[in-house]
Amino acid sequence: MSNSSVLITPDNQQTVLQLDKINKVFNEGTPLANHVLHDVSLQVSRGELVALVGTSGSGKSTLLNVMGLLDLYSSGELRIQGHLTQGLSEQQRTQLRSESIGFVFQFHHLINAFSTIDNVLMPLMLRYGKPNQEQTEYAQYLLNEVGLANYAHIATNRLSGGQQQRVAIARALVSRPALILADEPTGNLDTQTADEVFDLFERFNVEHQCAIVIVTHDPRLSARCPRTIRLTDGRIVYDGASANLPNAFTKTV
Amino acid sequence: MSFFNAISRLRNSLWIEWRIAIRFLAESPLQTLLISVAISVGAAVIVFITALIMGLQINLINKTLGTQAHIRIEATQQHNNFSEFPEGKYVWTFENPRAQRLQTINNWQEVRDTLDQYSAFNTVSPLISGPAFATKGSARSSVALMGIDPKRYTGIINLEEYLTEGQFSIEASDILIGYQLAKDLGLRSGDKLRIDAGDNHQAVMNVAGIFELGVRELDSRYVYTSLKQAQTLLNLPGGITILEIKISDVFSAEYWAQRIQKLTGLYVQSWMESNGQLLNALNSQSMTTQIIRVFVAMSVIFGIASVLAVSVVQRTREIGILRAMGSSQQQILRVFLLQGGLLGLTGSLLGVLMGYTLIQIFNAIDTKLFVIELETSMMLSAIFIATLAGVLAAMVPARRAAKYDPAVAIRYV
Ligand SMILES: Nc1ncnc2c1ncn2[C@@H]1O[C@H](COP(=O)(O)OP(=O)(O)OP(=O)(O)O)[C@@H](O)[C@H]1O
Ligand SMILES: [Mg+2]
Repeated sequence: MSNSSVLITPDNQQTVLQLDKINKVFNEGTPLANHVLHDVSLQVSRGELVALVGTSGSGKSTLLNVMGLLDLYSSGELRIQGHLTQGLSEQQRTQLRSESIGFVFQFHHLINAFSTIDNVLMPLMLRYGKPNQEQTEYAQYLLNEVGLANYAHIATNRLSGGQQQRVAIARALVSRPALILADEPTGNLDTQTADEVFDLFERFNVEHQCAIVIVTHDPRLSARCPRTIRLTDGRIVYDGASANLPNAFTKTV
Repeated sequence: MSFFNAISRLRNSLWIEWRIAIRFLAESPLQTLLISVAISVGAAVIVFITALIMGLQINLINKTLGTQAHIRIEATQQHNNFSEFPEGKYVWTFENPRAQRLQTINNWQEVRDTLDQYSAFNTVSPLISGPAFATKGSARSSVALMGIDPKRYTGIINLEEYLTEGQFSIEASDILIGYQLAKDLGLRSGDKLRIDAGDNHQAVMNVAGIFELGVRELDSRYVYTSLKQAQTLLNLPGGITILEIKISDVFSAEYWAQRIQKLTGLYVQSWMESNGQLLNALNSQSMTTQIIRVFVAMSVIFGIASVLAVSVVQRTREIGILRAMGSSQQQILRVFLLQGGLLGLTGSLLGVLMGYTLIQIFNAIDTKLFVIELETSMMLSAIFIATLAGVLAAMVPARRAAKYDPAVAIRYV
């Protein structure tokens, strides 16, 4: 099962993501300065499934945005698939993002002006223009995989929340990224739908060997991830096997 | 058409930007429709007013130039000659301008033949013109005797077109007179008329036809006869006083006038110089329309800009998603520039259609006044400029969209 990934030791695997003493200060140098991430260091290897947990405002989304190059960090070192991200131009950051990272957000975040399959194809279309047959077939395959085979040409605003989130997962996978970052992907869904969506993450994690970092408030789901990272006030207070997470933490999640 | 080729090439190279732009526009149809209508009204006003003023001006120019040559060549004016002044001395003289007597253009046949070689000139026509009296019984009227070469003169004024009575003939003692003169002297075609050019040069002529040029001065004074007759009466055997030219591009008259002046050393005047008043009026009219056009164009541009500015805010979250999906800032920029261009394009297509309809209605209502023509090149350039203006208008909002911080934009609700 998905437990195969827990046995992987980061050292002898390709490191997908490496953070070294990352700090993030919003509004740096102004009276409104807000130091949100403090010396965050972590590593994510190929094929890992990691839960990122912490109380509201602890900096989970901020960390995810920094890791996904959506946001700049203030100091430290961030490597994506070995690439140093220090001093990259906006264009280079965009390119690295589009090659290596797929995103899934809490609210479906699809583009309603496009059909379901076009939403799935969007990362490829933005990169390569008009999709070829192979790309279209792969998108259709992913839609089959997330159980939406018959919804390809339907406007996304006619899908349910769970369906939309599944489209978003297919979209995150379409460019075969090494890393998927998911910010509370199930936060908006009922328990059963959340479980189904989480099943998909687990499956793709195994089948595609892509590393996944999931922010979640749901202890049941984080327990299903082999590894948990816990943030408190922007500091990592726990990073290890989910099974060993101190009870004191699980309660407050 | 290369314009549409360019658009389809743009569509292929900016495939995804094009698609997003179209979808965004289509997703808010009311907004798109309203601004398109606003643009098209602006474009229609510009097209209509431009065509109207152009029609008016062409009409005015045609009316003015219909009974005028574009360029007139005359012998150089005579002036006083002074003997050489001794070196180093000042000489005070009191000079009266010389009276100008009728003067022939030297070697006019040669000049005419040289000018005939230029393809820019449609007609080069010799004319001998001088003052005379026309008498019938005890009625007398001062006239301008115009000796012409009828074949060539047709290219200057097609007299046959203006005849109201009789027929076009200036052979032997036949003459053509204006209808005002005919009225003053009580003449009809077939009547006799005595022409007296002074110095005992006079002849009894036969009124072959009566014309109406529509210009009072000409209709009451012009008496057309053959070159030969006029030369005899005006005592300038073999000579002419004026060479008249019609050219194809009326607005190049001044340029050609100066060239001919250099070439021949003769006194050359273009219609633009002799109708300074008219030209001034035309110019200030053009300026007024220019100002109106600029203001209409500006309001259209601001309209597009404000609609897109609103749309950029509405699309904040989608822009964030697109950025997270790997779109570059340039792609976002182009999506909104394209929207501006597309609005300009569709709006102006619609507007040109509206302008065209307006002009057809105008032409149908008042056919007597003048007919406005809408040139294809004008319509195309209106569409092209409007498209460009749309892109320009989109500049500011598009840059703002491109500069959005994706992490912030994604949270936008
Ligand atoms: N763009 C921003 N500018 C300034 N401060 C910000 C910005 N984004 C987030 N913050 C601040 O950073 C801190 C962490 O926010 P973040 O969204 O990362 O928390 P979170 O752990 O994701 O919380 P939640 O579980 O509620 O989503 C908060 O104090 C927040 O106010
Ligand atoms: Mg969050």
